Amino acid sequence: MNRSDWPLWEVFVRARRGLSHQHVGSLHAPDAAMALRNARDVYTRRNEGVSIWVVPAAAIHASSPDEKDPFFTPAADKVYRHPTFYPVPEGVEHL
Amino acid sequence: MLQLEFDERVAADDRVEPRDWMPDAYRSTLIRQIAQHAHSEIIGMQPEGNWITRAPSLKRKAILIAKVQDEAGHGLYLYSAAETLGVDRDELVELLLAGRQKYSSIFNYPTLTWADIGAIGWLVDGAAITNQVPLCRCSYGPYARAMVRICKEESFHQRQGFEILYTLGHGTPGQKAMAQDAVDRWWWPSLMMFGPPDAASTHTGQSTAWKIKRFGNDELRQRFVDMTVPQADALGLALPDDGIAWNAERGHYDFTEPDYAELTAVIEGNGPCNAERIAVRRAAHEDGAWVREAAAAYAAKRAGREAA
Repeated sequence: MNRSDWPLWEVFVRARRGLSHQHVGSLHAPDAAMALRNARDVYTRRNEGVSIWVVPAAAIHASSPDEKDPFFTPAADKVYRHPTFYPVPEGVEHL
Repeated sequence: MLQLEFDERVAADDRVEPRDWMPDAYRSTLIRQIAQHAHSEIIGMQPEGNWITRAPSLKRKAILIAKVQDEAGHGLYLYSAAETLGVDRDELVELLLAGRQKYSSIFNYPTLTWADIGAIGWLVDGAAITNQVPLCRCSYGPYARAMVRICKEESFHQRQGFEILYTLGHGTPGQKAMAQDAVDRWWWPSLMMFGPPDAASTHTGQSTAWKIKRFGNDELRQRFVDMTVPQADALGLALPDDGIAWNAERGHYDFTEPDYAELTAVIEGNGPCNAERIAVRRAAHEDGAWVREAAAAYAAKRAGREAA
């Protein structure tokens, strides 16, 4: 039997409590339960995680790299959003 | 315009990510290389799996099982990286089983004694690490990230191999002779793992320009020799090359080049185990079909129940 009807799952691992889940790779599995088991075997053989998320790759919507400029440039000219934009007189502390 | 953006990104040492535009040849080169790399990990399970039941102690068995399991994991990281380029893993597996994609020629040599497991870890994995560490900075993001994980795990492999040989090398005369015999047989094929000399290599130039490859075959081979010669002294074992000598002028060890005609012959399918490796992989794939079918049937049944 061909395996191509097994969907692709993206795998996210939380390395330890207090950290967010981070993308580590992908795998194929017939369902979510198998995807979790396979993710444990493939991506956490050395205690790399305390929690795993698996997400069907088809469920992820991504911004397009072609639109990168119009999509992200609105943030580029707003330097006043950063604290370093504001001069602070000498001697003023805790600001 | 797109080409320019790609060139600038590579020149700036920035990473190319899956949905970026890339030249077709860059994509197909990566697919070929990553698939070959993934296949090597999977086929590489065989020569070592051959010794799991005969490892000399329960501890050695457990370690060897963990190592072989790592190789399977490495194969999966790499298939996953290849899939980001728009190929299907099934397709790559079929190409391997049909003999239309290659794997590293090193795995076409047999593991005759327990000491071979040591020599594979020390020399073969040592050579692999030398090749792979620069790939952690490869221009294609998913491949580079997979290589970071792989390199971390490979260092366990190399040390466990060294430790096997160290133990044998400091054991009975018979054990030491077995260790020496394994090193004698694996040394030359390990040197061949870096590929033909740069002057004869078909892929090196373009791959270097694309920053898929960072160093030439000859440079990496030299690096491996420089690293390995002092380790052989520590093991108390000899490398089977009278030509090895420190060259103070170059700051490197001189050594004899391996027989590249043998490398070509093995790549072309005439190594000691080529036919066996593919036959075993095919059988494993076919014998595992019922597991894949059962898993799919179970998932379908559960999905049906949830829908009802």
